Amino acid sequence: MRGSDKEFIAEAEDLIESAVNTLLGIQEQPVKEIDPDAVNGLFRVMHTLKGLSGLYGYQGLTDISHALESLLDDIRLGKAELSEEVFAFLFKYIDVIRSIVNGFKDKKQKKIDASQNLAEIEAFRESMKAAGSGESLKGKLPDELLKVLSEYEEHRLKTNIKDGKNIYVVRTVFNLLDFDVKLKDLTAAIKALGELISTMPTSEGVPDGSLGFHLLIGSSKPIDDFRKSTGCDVETLYSPAQAEPARAEEAAAESIEGSLKTSASTVRVDIQKLDRILNTIGGINMTKEAIDSIWDELSEEYGHTPALIDLYRVAQTLDRKLAELQGQVLEIRMVPVAQIFSRLGQVVRRYSRKVNKKIDIELYGEETEIDKFLAEEIIDALVHIVRNSIDHGLEPSDERVKAGKKEAGKIRLRAMQRGNNVVIEVSDDGRGIRPERIIEKAVEKNLIEPDAQLTLREVYDLMFLPGFSTKESVSEVSGRGVGLDIVRDKAASLGGFVEVSSKVGDGTKFSLTLPITLAIVRSLLVKSGDERFAVPLSSMSETVTVDKSAINSIEGRRFFNLRGDVVPLVFLRELFDIPGPQPDHSFAAIVGYGDRKIGLIADELLVQHDIVIKSVSEYLEGTKGIAGAAEIGRHEVILVLDVEAIIEESLTKKAQATV
Amino acid sequence: MIYLPRNPIYMKNILIVEDSSMTRSMIRAVVEELDDVEIVEAVSGFDALKQLPQREFNLIITDINMPDINGLELINFVKKDARYKDIPMIIVSTEKSEEDKKRGMSIGANAYVTKPFKPEQLQEKVNALLKP
Repeated sequence: MRGSDKEFIAEAEDLIESAVNTLLGIQEQPVKEIDPDAVNGLFRVMHTLKGLSGLYGYQGLTDISHALESLLDDIRLGKAELSEEVFAFLFKYIDVIRSIVNGFKDKKQKKIDASQNLAEIEAFRESMKAAGSGESLKGKLPDELLKVLSEYEEHRLKTNIKDGKNIYVVRTVFNLLDFDVKLKDLTAAIKALGELISTMPTSEGVPDGSLGFHLLIGSSKPIDDFRKSTGCDVETLYSPAQAEPARAEEAAAESIEGSLKTSASTVRVDIQKLDRILNTIGGINMTKEAIDSIWDELSEEYGHTPALIDLYRVAQTLDRKLAELQGQVLEIRMVPVAQIFSRLGQVVRRYSRKVNKKIDIELYGEETEIDKFLAEEIIDALVHIVRNSIDHGLEPSDERVKAGKKEAGKIRLRAMQRGNNVVIEVSDDGRGIRPERIIEKAVEKNLIEPDAQLTLREVYDLMFLPGFSTKESVSEVSGRGVGLDIVRDKAASLGGFVEVSSKVGDGTKFSLTLPITLAIVRSLLVKSGDERFAVPLSSMSETVTVDKSAINSIEGRRFFNLRGDVVPLVFLRELFDIPGPQPDHSFAAIVGYGDRKIGLIADELLVQHDIVIKSVSEYLEGTKGIAGAAEIGRHEVILVLDVEAIIEESLTKKAQATV
Repeated sequence: MIYLPRNPIYMKNILIVEDSSMTRSMIRAVVEELDDVEIVEAVSGFDALKQLPQREFNLIITDINMPDINGLELINFVKKDARYKDIPMIIVSTEKSEEDKKRGMSIGANAYVTKPFKPEQLQEKVNALLKP
């Protein structure tokens, strides 16, 4: 099964679950006092299911949920009455939907024949149609107000009047900045006393920066209750000739109960809440490590007694379960790359039309998963790369035909998982990058000296310098004064990097490598002097010991020989001004890949640790080489190295030295 | 961090008010195909009330059936506010809301499109209302 179908089934199951719960809640109430919000909630669930199944191409299910939505719409608008018969029918159909969705799990068939079901629902709906509450409200309430109500709100208003309730309007003014919060409190106060029928915003007679609201309410409670409870201006719009006080009391008590039941639907979770869970897991991990060390002490003192062996087993289980929990939380944060690709697809379609180039898109690996936060952060950078490929990479049709290529250009988007990273590639079959053209431009822009000797990689790197753009005129598509430098910066800020490969005449490929998640980073803790730092393992290839005698110095820069490769060294002591001399025996963490490999010199290597990176406080922000801070142990904070920035800094120095 | 310069002077600002993220991104995709449009999304009626003073909008596209305030209440608000009353509004809603759409038109909405719609249907209406 494809990832997107799995996603559909999971969401559909959530919706079915919430439909059942809402329906059970409604059924518990006497028919007369059913919470209109709950019925409306059920209607919305069916509406969402219809949209969802339509989007994923499950035709039969779309039709069935559509028909049920119509039935619920009638009920919601009072065109049909809720009865035992209706409950039984709805329950039956939720079971039908459930078995259809279950059927999707093992079959590839997306389409089902729903004609019989549809006929049944339609017939049932016809038989249930009752005379609506057709009384006109004209004359009872101001026309101005009635005009603005939706059909559903009008129905609720009529029902309240029919049931002998008072209709009030509460008027209030809130600040534009926090009106939603304030209204929530006010709404809660109102719902405790009656039914909120409509919330109408207005700017009439309201100062700038504020918003006025008129809230239309149906209730059997006296107006003074509302004045007291809301502290707002309240006016009676309609009141029945006489309301029996005892009955009013009773009805109000029931309506409080009714308003406590809310209709459930899908749960959306703030990503920060997930982060908090991860933090808590981090805390439990720490406790677990404390247990381990106590175990060590005890077993040294008393040997492996049966009780200690049991403790060991329990600790192992705890460890496993924690890892599971951590994995499950991380999974919640993941979304398929398909989400990014669909946005990029739109960009391609839109811009191909604008620049009048025919373009075919190929997508691979859409089911690859990436952290939701990263997906959102990186999309602008990817959009830029895609625009770049359309504008600079793909040739105009006539040029392509002349070169013996297909008239339509090709853009290929490909995603894959590689270890703890996700790689997203954008490739085109265009003209490729001509190094001499780049050098020419860079010289023109004074970015390099005319006689500079550069490797191909260094030439490509020039494109990522601020202010570099090969097109003379600012084009509409990509030449908006924004360069690839920003793409690189963004990738680096997310702990990733960009690479380019290209062949003249054949095309160009941009590869963006990102960590799968930023939430938890496995890191190695290192120590220099009294300072400790965390180095993310994702950027590290190995650690080696380095003796003072093995370090060579050339023009003030130091290197050492790693199996024949000359690797530049960066001393943490110097980078962060840590006092004291470097010990004779040091350790190097080798970070970066290929030509971008350097050794970070620390005094000591400590342990590996899962860390949750947090942004650093303001006074540290902008400090070169620091990506953030992480808490390890009790209130102990450690700085996390921004490896990409350190490599960058070190290699620029080298470039200056050689140019 | 800001990447692409936002909102040059010739760009038309369009506010899409829709609580369903699916429909919202569908509308966005359709409208984005037009030239020189800058899209702002509002996820609810309240969100729309917050977005309105942020920039000068050239068009509002709104759903009817939404939590907090519905599309009609939003239309009524916009059309009665001297600052916003000239912003054209398009209702995008299902055939269920036929009656509500009529009400929307009667309080000042300029056009409506029924879901599901063909891209051209919405694009045509947007283009017509964006003409100076």
